[in-house]
Amino acid sequence: MTPFDRSFFLARKDIVGIVILSALLIVILPLALDSFRLQMVGKYLTYAFVALGLVLCWGYAGILSLGQGIFFGLGGYCMAMYLKLEASSVENTKIQSTPGIPDFMDWNQLTELPYFWRPFHSFGFTTLAIVAVPAIFAGIIGFAMFKRRVGGVYFSIITQAIASILTILIIGQQGYTGGINGITDLRTLHGWDIRTDAAKSILYFVCVGLLLASILLAYYVKSSKLGRILVAMRDKEDRVRFSGYDVANFKVFIFCLSAILSAIGGAMFTLQVGFMSPSFVGTVPSIEMVIYCAVGGRLSLLGAVYGTLLVSWAKTSLSESFPELWLFGLGGLFIAVVLVFPNGLAGLYQTYVAPHLGKVFGLKPKTPSGAPAVAE
Amino acid sequence: MFMDYSLGDLGSIFVMQAFAGLILFSIFVLMALGLAIIFGQMGVINMAHGEFMILGAYMTYLTSNLFQTYLPSLYSIYFFVAMAVAFLASGALGLLVEWSMIRFLYKRPLDTLLATWGLSLILQQSYRSIFGAREVGVELPPWMMGSLPVTGTIEVQINGLFVMGLTVVITLSVYLLLYRSSWGKQVRAVMQNRVMAGAVGINTEKTDRYTFGLGCGIAGIAGSAFTMIGSTGPTAGQLYIVDTFLVVVFGGAQSLLGVIASAFTISQAQSTLEFFLSGSMAKVLTLLGVVVILMIRPQGLFTIKVRR
Repeated sequence: MTPFDRSFFLARKDIVGIVILSALLIVILPLALDSFRLQMVGKYLTYAFVALGLVLCWGYAGILSLGQGIFFGLGGYCMAMYLKLEASSVENTKIQSTPGIPDFMDWNQLTELPYFWRPFHSFGFTTLAIVAVPAIFAGIIGFAMFKRRVGGVYFSIITQAIASILTILIIGQQGYTGGINGITDLRTLHGWDIRTDAAKSILYFVCVGLLLASILLAYYVKSSKLGRILVAMRDKEDRVRFSGYDVANFKVFIFCLSAILSAIGGAMFTLQVGFMSPSFVGTVPSIEMVIYCAVGGRLSLLGAVYGTLLVSWAKTSLSESFPELWLFGLGGLFIAVVLVFPNGLAGLYQTYVAPHLGKVFGLKPKTPSGAPAVAE
Repeated sequence: MFMDYSLGDLGSIFVMQAFAGLILFSIFVLMALGLAIIFGQMGVINMAHGEFMILGAYMTYLTSNLFQTYLPSLYSIYFFVAMAVAFLASGALGLLVEWSMIRFLYKRPLDTLLATWGLSLILQQSYRSIFGAREVGVELPPWMMGSLPVTGTIEVQINGLFVMGLTVVITLSVYLLLYRSSWGKQVRAVMQNRVMAGAVGINTEKTDRYTFGLGCGIAGIAGSAFTMIGSTGPTAGQLYIVDTFLVVVFGGAQSLLGVIASAFTISQAQSTLEFFLSGSMAKVLTLLGVVVILMIRPQGLFTIKVRR
């Protein structure tokens, strides 16, 4: 692709894609769905943040993290802690033996707020924490691993282990975290009731806005020089290293960025659904998030969003009516994506739909540049 | 925490705890051996390894029911039959899986992870549909129950001893098969350089298939051994998979000795910590220790030097 094909960092087809997605999310879905279904779409979109992060770090940089649930959870828990503190004001909790602390702490015989909960009284701190905590955490993991050149499969297994450690920790430390039930019964944000339908649709639009902003950011990263180094690194890491780049730093950066995206998704999830629990942190949800990204297409940023929407929608509707079939379906999907269409829906689109569209609209179809047939 | 016990009690507690650790160690070794072959030798990330174990456990459950109904007089030896059935069933499923999906993915290790995860979901749901969501257990034959008193305060469970014996036998067989037989030589040749092995006349496809089948079969035996210690449910496999991978990676994926050493370290650390802390905190600390050591020494404890 020559530099003249794009304006700033978006190619023409990217702009068309983003406009179509925005129209779908902002206009079509809100008009077509009732508020219950729309809230559900809003919930799915929070996973799309994770899938977006995975496209960047797995599709473009070749780092498959099986622990994105960690960051989704960290963001979600930060938000949940703030909301929980607001819901546990002294008058709300006056039946407890020590009023003013969250109910599960009271049940677990904690008499005062743990020190790491205290800063979450402040909304500013919470917003900062949602971004900073996962970024720092990912930074530590990333530096420790990439500087020692732990990569590929080993990185995946270790992130998976960390996700399972964190889940055990959250479940084990009931008094501080709410245990297996998580942090529930969240009511207001700054005195604004988040449980009403009106609030939920506002939150939906906030979520869409953040998602679109994240997509633009991801496109920017992808098309910048950094993005090209990432792709080069994925394909021939040693050659990039020998050219004088410090490969580890780029990997850490992209891993942190994907962690931050996941955490924003987690925080929006807590806001829209009204609780956070360890069942969104562990290895199973983390791998499910990978499948969202794989189904959409591991090399396509927009594909990740569609993949997430489709798979989560299929999950909800199938597991409502045929609970047994769902796991067969999901399992089959994993296998099919890997064996039959490794580049996901976006790959299918590129191969089968785009050339025909090109004929119809008289556009010259472009072969995707820099995309290997199968990415590892 | 030491003040409440007398010195003698403390000694017995440590011995008992060490024994519990040894049982855990045997189970870890059994779980990890199959994976060490599949992941360490072949480089395939088999996320369905736990489900292959559970298949072995269910086969044992079926065999025990069969013996109870039709051959009650032979019930005391059912376990040996069950192990063979478990090995064959898991091994056969392994062959089928290798033939239908793994063989297309040898060049894409991360994709084997996704595909086998899908397989594990399908297997879990199949178990749930066939055997029900409830956990099932088997009845041990009388000679396996009870415990042997060693001293007044120390006693060891017979089924624990049996699992340990079984582990020794299986480990030795795997060692002989991989390092002392001509088939093992072929396996290692294929794993180190598939193209070259093919060029000198080794049927690499067949070797791959049977190696994968062997790994899955051993998982089946591990599952069979599980039934002596606890009950089995459709999702039990998922509980073990992270541990099993850590054992293999920690030991240095390609080394059999490494797997044993790392299983020993992890199990002893966990069972000793469990006595002082809650079970979940012991597990957290052990896993955390393993992760930190892996960050310092990414290749694991024991590695074979190979040119890459």
